[in-house]
Amino acid sequence: MLAEGWSFSRKTLSGARAVTVPENDGDVKGLKAMNTVAYIIIIAVHAIATTLRIQIMLTSPAGLLRAGILLVCIALAACDDQPWNRPYPAEDADRNILYSLFQERPKHLDPARSYSSNEVTFTGQIYEPPLQYHYLKRPYELIPLTAGMVPVPTYLDADGRELAADADSNEIVFSVYDITIKPGIMYQPHPALARDKQGELRYHHLDASELSSIHVLGDFSETGTRELVAADYVFQIKRLAHPQIHSPILGLMSEYIVGLEDYSKTLSTAYEELIAGEGDGAYLDLASFPLEGVEVIDRYRYRIRIHGKYPQLLYWLAMPFFAPVPHEADRFYSQPGMRERNITLDWYPVGTGPYMLTVNNPNRQMVMEINPNFHGETYPSDGMPGDREAGLLDDAGKQLPFIERVVFSLEKETIPYWNKFLQGYYDTSGISSDSFDQAINIGTSGEVTLTDSMLRQGIDLSTAVSTSIYYTGFNMLDPVVGGDTESARKLRQAISIAIDIEENISIFLNGRGIPAQGAIPPGIFGYEDGEAGINPYVYKSSKQGPVRKPIKDAKQLLTEAGYPDGRDIKSGKPLVLYFDTPATGPDAKARLDWLMKQFNKLNIQLVIRGTDYNRFQEKMLKGTSQIFQWGWNADYPDPENFLFLLYGPNSKVELNGENASNYQNEKFDSLFDQMKDMENGPERKAIIRQMMDIARFDAPWIWGYFPKQFTLRHVWLKNSKPNLMANNALKYKRIEPEVRADLQRQWNKPIRWPLYVLAGLLLFALIPAWISYRRQQRMSAIPGGR
Amino acid sequence: MFAYIIRRLGYAIPILIGINLLTFYLFFVVNSPDDMARMHLGMKRVTPEAVESWKASHGYDKPLLINSGAESIHKLTDTIFFEKSLKLFVFDFGSSDDGRDISFDIGQRMLPSLAIAIPSLIIGLLVNITFALLMAFFRGTYVDFTGVILCVVLMSVSAMFYIIGGQYLLAKVFRLMPISGFDGGLDALKFIILPVVIGVVSGIGAGSRWYRTFFLEEAGKDYVRTARAKGLAESLVLFRHILRNALIPIVTGVVSLLPLLFMGSLLLESFFAVPGLGSYTIDGIQNQDFAIVRVMVFLGSVLYIIGLIMVDIAYTIVDPRIRLT
Repeated sequence: MLAEGWSFSRKTLSGARAVTVPENDGDVKGLKAMNTVAYIIIIAVHAIATTLRIQIMLTSPAGLLRAGILLVCIALAACDDQPWNRPYPAEDADRNILYSLFQERPKHLDPARSYSSNEVTFTGQIYEPPLQYHYLKRPYELIPLTAGMVPVPTYLDADGRELAADADSNEIVFSVYDITIKPGIMYQPHPALARDKQGELRYHHLDASELSSIHVLGDFSETGTRELVAADYVFQIKRLAHPQIHSPILGLMSEYIVGLEDYSKTLSTAYEELIAGEGDGAYLDLASFPLEGVEVIDRYRYRIRIHGKYPQLLYWLAMPFFAPVPHEADRFYSQPGMRERNITLDWYPVGTGPYMLTVNNPNRQMVMEINPNFHGETYPSDGMPGDREAGLLDDAGKQLPFIERVVFSLEKETIPYWNKFLQGYYDTSGISSDSFDQAINIGTSGEVTLTDSMLRQGIDLSTAVSTSIYYTGFNMLDPVVGGDTESARKLRQAISIAIDIEENISIFLNGRGIPAQGAIPPGIFGYEDGEAGINPYVYKSSKQGPVRKPIKDAKQLLTEAGYPDGRDIKSGKPLVLYFDTPATGPDAKARLDWLMKQFNKLNIQLVIRGTDYNRFQEKMLKGTSQIFQWGWNADYPDPENFLFLLYGPNSKVELNGENASNYQNEKFDSLFDQMKDMENGPERKAIIRQMMDIARFDAPWIWGYFPKQFTLRHVWLKNSKPNLMANNALKYKRIEPEVRADLQRQWNKPIRWPLYVLAGLLLFALIPAWISYRRQQRMSAIPGGR
Repeated sequence: MFAYIIRRLGYAIPILIGINLLTFYLFFVVNSPDDMARMHLGMKRVTPEAVESWKASHGYDKPLLINSGAESIHKLTDTIFFEKSLKLFVFDFGSSDDGRDISFDIGQRMLPSLAIAIPSLIIGLLVNITFALLMAFFRGTYVDFTGVILCVVLMSVSAMFYIIGGQYLLAKVFRLMPISGFDGGLDALKFIILPVVIGVVSGIGAGSRWYRTFFLEEAGKDYVRTARAKGLAESLVLFRHILRNALIPIVTGVVSLLPLLFMGSLLLESFFAVPGLGSYTIDGIQNQDFAIVRVMVFLGSVLYIIGLIMVDIAYTIVDPRIRLT
């Protein structure tokens, strides 16, 4: 296992090995490397000689000859056919390695904590929860991962009697999920699991002398493994309540998992007592604290008991929060001295997944390599219509994963990222606004195509509507724009018409978005296309699709609201509204100016209240904002995960929930309670339709847009299909390293003439200086003297 | 001299306490412990209980500067300021708010920062002195005139332009080196060239003009006239007399910079993805990680103080007339 930190000795040694036995391709590369090293030595020697004897060089023929030799050496060194600008080791050029990046170092890799997309990028490949999403099928479908099958809940009433599968939600007091995992799944090699000859855990009683030579996890010489068991899943669910872990889903899960809320309090008390007795390094052994709602049935089965009915639990079972953690790892990392070396579960994951983290230097590079103990999985054999034609089923039935190594490099700025992608050094890329015109052509009818330069490089574009929404919200607690009065509602509807989302998408997103007609994005159950899905309070139906209502309709609504021509009918004063935003930089100015212009259409004066992010959050929590912009990225593909953003008991001000508008409508809330536990079907759809009608009428949001994700990929990357729910998609990807290496060489031939020109210019500049110097030396002190 | 250094180090303690207090005040004016907790816990599903729990486990649940609920000396010691600041003075930097050991990260990031900063300083110094000498040697001629104009032009260009332009021209168009990145050992060489070249070129304008004034100032002094009167060649006058004396302010200026080289360059490191201490500081600020910000400001102050002491010592070395008392 490689380790974080500098790798000077390792790389030098591998280079030397390649030079000694020149028998194959690798050795030819070694010879080239040796030549390059020789040239560098010659150059260095000459450079030193040149520096030390610069005056001789300028004056003697020998010096000039030396300069010539130097230039020839540089030219010879330049004859290697490897690109000079390759940011990776030359010996990896033909290897089956995927190159990607991270713009911000992940904060947490502990599956109980990691939630952000840049964290799940890693944990999703390493940890295996019981379920996963089918890679190709849409709508998103859950399938087993380590589980034998997708669990079917058993419903119980208050007396513990079993109810029918279609029992009414109100009758269901408990749901019980029995999960069976596949036998024979092994953990990745890890020192926490290493055992000595007596069968004792090798590194679980480390003392200071043993730790003195340990700086990174790779310094442990021995590793071990063991079989995955059901107890590991139960252990992880208990970890969600650990007072030191701060799991982001503890609050939510405490509402459902039986006993979790009390368990969390019990652990907090126990931990405080432990710390008081033993000090900061004390280990809280979760095995001593049973959790009522989660239990091990046998070696391969465990049970989760939840309050009421919560079908969305299955989606959570596809996230790393519910992935197994071996208790040995938790204890191993908790030993004194480990935290001081940054050797923690938060930085060195232990999983059963297809990849394991072998280099963890979040300051520079993170590398994942194939887990040699991976239990094996095959590429899906079925997908959607068109997948076969697109080559997405070419690898059907083949063993996963395809890529042997994935290198993530730290790349903070978008310009170097984009240029490296064009040079072939990253395999995929998004498109920033700066590079959009370079990559994409938008036709007169809005069709999106790649530019000629992209097509010449064989770059392919895939697009997908994200399971996210960005909206402008009204604070429903505000006395002017909020509340359930007809005046406020009409004011909100008028503003909703006036703000031209289509124009916003066109100007600021380069067309990368779909105007939202409601809260549910395409691809999620409950989304409706066509006339049925139109928001009738903002749009009109036409043959071309929904058309925004004219501004005169908005003005009419504004008049009916009591603000004719943007003035308060009672006071005669102009209507002034306030927009709170944390976006105050120069980049945001154009957007804010545009927004003010939209309000100006109704003669409403919009005042921008720019503030820093912390103050903005504070305003939102206290409910002192008036109009704001917000977004939501789905946790799972269920309408409940979007409609709960408008659910009254989820209000931000009262309950610190995700209902940022603090919208409250009794009918909507009761329909939500009914809908959230239902299976997808016509009945659920009808309820969602009713809910959307209520919300559209009340207009707590200006419905914003669903962003469209544009992804570019090079020709050598295969099996790439956007899957916005699956976080373990890396195992399906395949690359053709030979194609990549050839194209990289073609695209990155160094242009050497500027070096020669520079050298020539320097020499050329020396000539007049030399002449001037000689003239000055020959000048006499007295004009006319000798 | 030893007594002088001890005295200066003694003066440093109240300065460092003052800097620490100021950093603490400025940081917490902008970020409250609740803000920090929310930032670290993520944007979704953060409950007030989670915020309180995070604060308690990271020691941010106490009063900032004065604990009115405590007794006697504990009014001052049972506070965030005292608990977070005291250990700094024994160089115990503790953990960042996301749990990583700060000393470990600083140790790891110091080398990349130095890998860029030291060559940039040395090469930059050589280039600037050479160019300034050239202008001084040909003072009043077209070489001097053109050189000064070039310096003004180079000074007028923004650092961002040098970085983006350098990356575009040298790495993208001419493909002579990687656009960005970093690696360990000898492999780091190819990544260092471009930031060093940009660092050197962007500093030529200001540096050369500044050094030129030193050289010209020295060139007008009596001892130079005497040297010329003795019949010495102009080159000897320049290298043996002017350069040596003009180096005094240059060397002392450079010595004060030496400790700060450890702190890295904020802009270069960010654009070239160099995992140095400059980008570490920026990350700490962006992530509202008070532990990192506090340590980096403290470290910067300590190094600056050391730099100033080194300047004083350097004066005594380059100018024997100066005594430290």
